Amino acid sequence: MRGDAKSMTVLSPRSAAEAVKTYAKVPTALPLAGGTDLMVGWNLGQLNGRAVLDLSRVAEWRRIKVVGDGVDLGSLVTHAQIQAHPVLRKRFPLLVAACATVGAAQIQNRGTIGGNIANASPAGDTFPALAVYEATVRVIGPNGRRAVPMSEIFAGVKKTTLKPGELIEAVFLPFPDQTPTRGVFRKVGTRAAQAISKTMFAGLIWTAKNGELADARLAFGSLAPTVKRLYAVEGFLRGRRLTDVSIAAAAELMTNDVSPIDDIRSTREYRLIVSRNLLIAFLKGEVK
Amino acid sequence: MSVGKNEPRRDGPAKLTGRALYLDDVAIPGCWHGVTVRSTVPHGKIKSISYDPSFPWDECVVVTAKDIPGKNLVALIEADQPLLADGIVRHREEAIVLIAHADRATAYEAAKRVKIEYEALPPVFDMEKSEKIFKSFLISRGDLDAGFAAADVVVTGEYRTPSQEQAYIENNAIAAYEEDGVLIVTGSLQCPYYVLKAMKQIFNRGEDKIRVIQTVTGGGFGGKEEYPSMLAGHAALLALKAGRPVKIVYDRHEDMAATTKRHPAVVRHRTGLTKDGKLLAQDIEVVMDGGAYATLSAVVLSRGTLHAAGVYECPNVRVKSKVVMTHTPPNGAFRGFGAPQTLFAVELHWEKIADALKIDSLTLRQRNIFKLGSTTATGQHLLESVGAEECLQKTVKNSKYAAKRKEYDRWNKNPKNPTWKGIGLSVCHHGAGFTGSGEVYLASRAGIALTKTGELIVLAASTEIGQGTNTMFAQVASDALGVPASWFSVETPDTHKVPDSGPTVASRTCMIVGGLVSRATKDLKRAFEAEHGRVPRTTAELKKAAAALCQGAPARRFEVQYEKPPDVTWDDATYRGDAYGVYSYAAIVVDLEIDKLTYEVRVRKVTTAQDIGKAINPLLAEGQVIGGSTQGLGWALLEEPIFKDGVMINATFTNYVIPTSLDTPPFEVILVEKPYSRGPFGAKGVGELPMDIPGPAVAAAVKHATGRLIPTLPQTPERISRALQ
Ligand SMILES: Cc1cc2nc3c(=O)[nH]c(=O)nc-3n(C[C@H](O)[C@H](O)[C@H](O)COP(=O)(O)OP(=O)(O)OC[C@H]3O[C@@H](n4cnc5c(N)ncnc54)[C@H](O)[C@@H]3O)c2cc1C
Repeated sequence: MRGDAKSMTVLSPRSAAEAVKTYAKVPTALPLAGGTDLMVGWNLGQLNGRAVLDLSRVAEWRRIKVVGDGVDLGSLVTHAQIQAHPVLRKRFPLLVAACATVGAAQIQNRGTIGGNIANASPAGDTFPALAVYEATVRVIGPNGRRAVPMSEIFAGVKKTTLKPGELIEAVFLPFPDQTPTRGVFRKVGTRAAQAISKTMFAGLIWTAKNGELADARLAFGSLAPTVKRLYAVEGFLRGRRLTDVSIAAAAELMTNDVSPIDDIRSTREYRLIVSRNLLIAFLKGEVK
Repeated sequence: MSVGKNEPRRDGPAKLTGRALYLDDVAIPGCWHGVTVRSTVPHGKIKSISYDPSFPWDECVVVTAKDIPGKNLVALIEADQPLLADGIVRHREEAIVLIAHADRATAYEAAKRVKIEYEALPPVFDMEKSEKIFKSFLISRGDLDAGFAAADVVVTGEYRTPSQEQAYIENNAIAAYEEDGVLIVTGSLQCPYYVLKAMKQIFNRGEDKIRVIQTVTGGGFGGKEEYPSMLAGHAALLALKAGRPVKIVYDRHEDMAATTKRHPAVVRHRTGLTKDGKLLAQDIEVVMDGGAYATLSAVVLSRGTLHAAGVYECPNVRVKSKVVMTHTPPNGAFRGFGAPQTLFAVELHWEKIADALKIDSLTLRQRNIFKLGSTTATGQHLLESVGAEECLQKTVKNSKYAAKRKEYDRWNKNPKNPTWKGIGLSVCHHGAGFTGSGEVYLASRAGIALTKTGELIVLAASTEIGQGTNTMFAQVASDALGVPASWFSVETPDTHKVPDSGPTVASRTCMIVGGLVSRATKDLKRAFEAEHGRVPRTTAELKKAAAALCQGAPARRFEVQYEKPPDVTWDDATYRGDAYGVYSYAAIVVDLEIDKLTYEVRVRKVTTAQDIGKAINPLLAEGQVIGGSTQGLGWALLEEPIFKDGVMINATFTNYVIPTSLDTPPFEVILVEKPYSRGPFGAKGVGELPMDIPGPAVAAAVKHATGRLIPTLPQTPERISRALQ
């Protein structure tokens, strides 16, 4: 343990407005939500001498609100809260499934959706689901509020497009216009819990009455610095029937959108093979 | 009677409730925190050490090799490992400078302000390219050439196993201070007398001026066999220079990167058999990677060599083995101690032989397995307590091995199924106690003290490290005396209080030291009978008898020393004879399923029978079997230290993946009890045995599931996917 509490200062705003104000005053402060990512750095001594902006008292960010056209998840909503919510379970099952694979029970009880996004790990498990649900990240800062589409929130490994002084306030999940015909989330880690994803997949498809694909939203995590929607594959499949031939072509196209690497957790080769397997099986309706 | 009962674990409640304190949590008044500055090159000359002048060094104590009063040496087998690198570094993370400060964070900060410059020297990382051999062995039996000449088939194979991290729950930690001229060293350790031996040479002090005391220890698995001697030397150097207590507690990253691991190994087999599968010749070559210093490599290799031919009788055997130097942190003791590496090879090799002969590996094993009266590769005749066949038979039966093989063959033929299923088998022996003449050299002592107020205290240097030592000692003493186990306490291992009963290693604590405790207690029993007329029946009577036996002294000690059984003979020069007093035996069946999309492996069931002579405490024994097998499954499927430029780059629990409880499959454990006439109540060793063979059983099951024999551990999804491409 190399963290040194006495070298640090803790700022404890009591509301969203106060949080933004305090953060503006101390822009080098590190926001602290559940702390499950931050405390790893603390243990390594990387936070020594820093100020921490403790968000735990910002009660309004803990709530899940069902509104007319979707669900608004406060940034402090935990992975456990998401799994327990009946509307989320019904309408956004891929996100619920993803949250159930984050770390293990302890991490799910503390870790938040806002922290997951702000941490911007390539292996953030909620991202493929958030990407296919086309979530928007609601941000608040010294210049007011803005909404950032999921596709624009990440700038790279461990980097977001948040500007100085900005905090994540909520994540908005719009209800899809139509219920998807099929949806799947699948995480591939090394063990049954506490696993960092080697690849993860979220897919939604809508088939038309004539059997053609009306729409598809497909995303992979851990295959690139940030979560990747397979826009080329989606475009290719739209209006086609899912046959062995079209599915094989889609799988080949996939490599245009992702760029996995060899690292200490896995290999490029494995990530590609397995991701392709998952995509094909999903399109064939063989994966649950 | 207490032996054979599931007495609750004595250390259980305190550990379960958090009342047990690891050294990090023990407040020592005035104690400073020690940190270590380590090498950043794998091989090089130290050109200079400089200290950032802007840092307040006068607040710290700084130690280098120059401060060592005696020998700059961690005394073990060879005198080759320095306590602090002086002049040359031979591996990454080698300790060079020690710093202590009142404040832990400042101590870490100080370490960053030390700059060491090196002149790089070429490193060797590939064990097969190393020219420096620490130790080699040769076992030979019969006439190898004649054996191969008579063989109908010859099957060759090459098998590789990686390093492994012990992953004890508590990191290495030691504190040191001087009290009334005695240097006290206390902390998380397995072998107090090993530490004592090392400290004598470092500080030029006699045993009366050094005292080693174990604190509550969060696991060892071999990882606290030799390394604490190094850490104790470091803490004591700082403490003596600072004139106050100093504690060094590693964090997980430092512990993983700098301390010992299992020896990586490559093992090659050339095997000659008749066409119906009788072994005629085994030619085996073993290479192990010792890392930068010899430490325990010679004895790890010895055990690996002695287990290399497996649990089978073969008339013509040659085992050639060597352990070599590489510029990586020294490898050392780890549960199994060289045997899991060579057993992986010999066991998985049966699958290759099975393919060559078209005879299944179970039948092949049955045709060659050790029986009562068999002779081993070293010429040892197995005259008692040979449970290999019984373990195999019970494991096969209870796991429904034969039926499942057929069922899974059918399942795997159907391309619509989402998984492949496989079931794999292996069998082994594990020598209990030190190899060959080791126990004779150790000349271990243990005893029992009776205080004048009627306390009964077991005296042994064997440490409780979570495996149940203290519970077992009380049970053994209880039955030897014929009084309840609750009458006994067990002394804290403290070199000023307990005799040297040898290290807590080699599956020897119950069989050897438990045997000594039993003998000492019988001496006490005779004393009760002679001087009090009988063994006391109540605690009130015990008090009275104690006063009589102690005759005014505060306590009376009954101590005994190990005696070599007269008929056990061993020749170190030729490696012939009785390699171990006795062997434990185990068989395991692993039942698993592989996802066809992701190649992820899920172990569905483990069935294992283990012949341990006598289960002093069946529940504890079962715990050892399940824990050890799970550690074996981790090595088989998940765990792989990754080295780059001589340093482990996945030295965190994030990226060094050990099994969680969710990865632990259902177990069926069958304890087989073939009593050993010289073990206490028939007991043999159980500590290491379960670690030995999950690896080959997993690989055999993967082969059954996928049709591919992967001769390398761990059998990760990456390796399986590659094998299937
Ligand atoms: C053992 C373990 C296992 C894990 N397993 C997984 C896993 O399987 N999958 C996975 O995706 N993650 C995993 N994680 C990472 C982590 O738990 C998740 O990313 C979690 O969602 C982070 O949330 P938090 O609230 O704890 O974040 P914190 O640690 O509080 O914060 C994380 C980062 O986000 C910033 N931040 C937090 N809230 C805000 C906000 N509202 N606005 C702006 N910035 C903010 C912080 O400053 C910090 O940089 C694991 C972590 C651990 C320790």
